Amino acid sequence: MIRFENVTKVYARGARPALDRVSLDVERGEFVFLVGSSGSGKSTFLRLVLREERASAGRVFVAGKELGSLSSWKVPQLRRQIGAVFQDFRLLPNKTVFENVAFALQVIGKPRHHIYTTVPDVLEMVGLAGKEKRRPHELSGGEQQRVAIARAFVNRPPILLCDEPTGNLDPTTSLGIMRLLDRINRTGTTVVMATHDDEIVDQMRKRVVELSTGSMVRDQSRGVYGSDR
Amino acid sequence: MRLQFILSEIGIGLRRNLSMTVSVILVTFVSLTFVGSAALLQMQIGKMKDDWYDKVEVSVFLCPSNSSAKTCAGGEVTAEQKADIQAALDAPEVKPYVQKIYFESKEQAFKAFQRQFKGQFWASAATVDDMNSSFRIKLTDPEKYAVVAEVVQGRQGVEAVEDQRRLFDRLFLVLDRATLLAGGLAAVMLVAAVLLITTTIRLSALSRRRETGIMRLVGASTMFIQLPFMLEGAIAATIGSLLAVGGLWLGVEYLVTDWLGTSVGWIPYVTTADVMTVAPFLVAAAIVLAAISSLVTLSRYTKV
Repeated sequence: MIRFENVTKVYARGARPALDRVSLDVERGEFVFLVGSSGSGKSTFLRLVLREERASAGRVFVAGKELGSLSSWKVPQLRRQIGAVFQDFRLLPNKTVFENVAFALQVIGKPRHHIYTTVPDVLEMVGLAGKEKRRPHELSGGEQQRVAIARAFVNRPPILLCDEPTGNLDPTTSLGIMRLLDRINRTGTTVVMATHDDEIVDQMRKRVVELSTGSMVRDQSRGVYGSDR
Repeated sequence: MRLQFILSEIGIGLRRNLSMTVSVILVTFVSLTFVGSAALLQMQIGKMKDDWYDKVEVSVFLCPSNSSAKTCAGGEVTAEQKADIQAALDAPEVKPYVQKIYFESKEQAFKAFQRQFKGQFWASAATVDDMNSSFRIKLTDPEKYAVVAEVVQGRQGVEAVEDQRRLFDRLFLVLDRATLLAGGLAAVMLVAAVLLITTTIRLSALSRRRETGIMRLVGASTMFIQLPFMLEGAIAATIGSLLAVGGLWLGVEYLVTDWLGTSVGWIPYVTTADVMTVAPFLVAAAIVLAAISSLVTLSRYTKV
């Protein structure tokens, strides 16, 4: 589903590469934790998959397409196959929960009846049934993140990218979010999650890929957060 | 869904930047009014030329008995001199420029004079001998006046050569200057309009960065993201251009047709129909302006 072949990313000429010859294969339906300290290249990895950045060297394949040769007008089509969730939720404050999720479908031109049947379903799935009319500031952090996940997943993308989705949440709430991501993963969605949260990684026992200053230092199935444990 | 969504986005954008939107409308209104005025002035000149140039002729006035002109030293024009002048006008190098020549005798001139100034006290004092006999020449191309004037000017028996077009030149000069002035002001205002539209779109794009960020993330097409901004600028500019058309229409209707038209009636004036001829160009100009400014701005602020 996602394949990196010797990918290097240098932001500024002469600077240390943010990613240094990383090769990685993520299969369809896998759940992968991307761990490593700040500045290790986790976010760069996700940005490359979203094609917000282009690789300086090497090749990136996402959903069967080589992103280096993908023309920019095809990028929106690529992004429709990827859901993305962030630490800061990125919700629209003046829209209700329903509208926030519906927005993702509206802007890719889905018909109204499709929106009105799909959005309640996905809100039910993330556990927000009955809160459709609330605005983001009336919700707890965990609920806001659920809205963000609903928005990312409403179009049923085959890939879900999460950039520290539990970074702003307390452990109990985080656990709820992880259960939700696990459920989404069980529907066949490939999930790649960048995180600092060692408890969660240790609990979930999924594949762990560790980055350190741009290099891949570990790729372990059913791994834990710290390599020394 | 798409259309409705885009329309609501445009509505939000226009309302959020209401003061900027109003200023875009006003600046395009003023600038396009100047553009339209310049166009109408040129149409006015064209109408006058069409109307008058058909009637005007070159008059070669022949010497009367009491002229003080140098070429009239020999007193009244003789039949010999007259034949000479006639021959010069018939010469092959002048012929192609002349459409028609006729001779107006003193008696004919006197009759015309009496008809034109009937009832004036000084007209009754004039005699046939005060009149000039003249050649009246209709030119094929009124611009070629100089060629014809040259062959007769300064000949014995010719008192003066007069191109009636000259009488209008001063008026046209004034109108041409006015056109330039209006055009110059229009150019300055158009620059202001482009800058203002650019700033408005930029503000609008910045204030909706969160939305556009999410749109990019979920895979909205570039067109879909940029269209509301482009249309915002285009709508504001179009409203401005429609106001300009309305202003010009009222101006022509009340100032030209109702006021000038009734007080100075012998001039063919521009009409509101002419305003309607200019109108599509003004609206098109507004849309092109807005499109150019938004393309320049958006390529920078809403990159995929």
